[in-house]
Amino acid sequence: MAQDKQNKGLIGRLWAMLRRVGPWTALGLFVAGIVFWGGFNWTLELTNTERFCISCHEMRENVFKEYRDTIHYQNRTGVRATCPDCHVPKEWIYKIARKVQATNELWHHFMGTIDTPEKFRAKRLELAEHEWKRMKANDSRECRNCHAYTYMDYSKQARRANKAHPKGFDEGKTCIDCHKGIAHRLPPTEQNIGAPKSGATSESR
Amino acid sequence: MAAAAFVLSTSLLAQDRPQSLRGATPITETSKVDQYQRGPDQGPIPRDYVQQPPLIPHKIDGYRIDLNFNKCMDCHAWSKAKEAGATKVSLTHFRDQASGAELANISPSRYFCNQCHVPQVDAKPLVGNDFKPVDALAQPGRK
Repeated sequence: MAQDKQNKGLIGRLWAMLRRVGPWTALGLFVAGIVFWGGFNWTLELTNTERFCISCHEMRENVFKEYRDTIHYQNRTGVRATCPDCHVPKEWIYKIARKVQATNELWHHFMGTIDTPEKFRAKRLELAEHEWKRMKANDSRECRNCHAYTYMDYSKQARRANKAHPKGFDEGKTCIDCHKGIAHRLPPTEQNIGAPKSGATSESR
Repeated sequence: MAAAAFVLSTSLLAQDRPQSLRGATPITETSKVDQYQRGPDQGPIPRDYVQQPPLIPHKIDGYRIDLNFNKCMDCHAWSKAKEAGATKVSLTHFRDQASGAELANISPSRYFCNQCHVPQVDAKPLVGNDFKPVDALAQPGRK
């Protein structure tokens, strides 16, 4: 008998367990699993929409308004990149990691860390640097969901782009190294024009 | 007619042998960057009068100039121009227009670039115009 148990293997043991709990309980557990996983995923995707992002006034009044002026919001073909397309990874494991990090943003929402335009302006550089660092570290993964440089036709690009792109890739640069502030405005940047700016960064691209 | 044929034949003779787009790079080697065919936009259109602010030979859609950031300076500032392959802001822009003093930075009165500089368009004039550039700007072969 003891030997039998050892020889059963995984499927055998599962079958034995099924016999023990009965078919109805097993079916119930199976359905509960589907409902639970489906519900979890559904809720997760619900937080992955533009509508959810701009349900907080911090997003709606600041970054969303700026983004509406840019090509990722409106353009000739109507293809759009909404908030999560750039700010939430597509791959499941990275997505979950980012979503866990985002609980910190919920905390700051309820703390009111950037709940006025003044507070947001004061914090813009720090927040922008977080995103630049993330993009730099993952080789601008979210950009490359749409803009795969291996498929770029340089001959279709305008003079400046067709000069800069092959050179940048040869030098091992990633999208965010040059394309900062393409969907949002930039923090104060020192550019040697006019009086020195207060709290300015020297890095602009 | 004969004269035209003569001019054509001499210009053909004067040309070198046809050059590959790869230049002189052998097929076994990777060609250098910047050898691709030129894109759809065009090089700078020459100026028509001496004081004319140079035209912008590229698109400036979405290039913002605001309190925090001046997109033009991203390439045209003296510190960026070489790397970006862009034209430097003119030396005249370092002079304070009110006092005439030379500044260490570009004068704040020059902050809004597109007050004077506009993107170039090869547009046909809507009404007839017999304006001619001064002799100093006249270039051979230009109408």
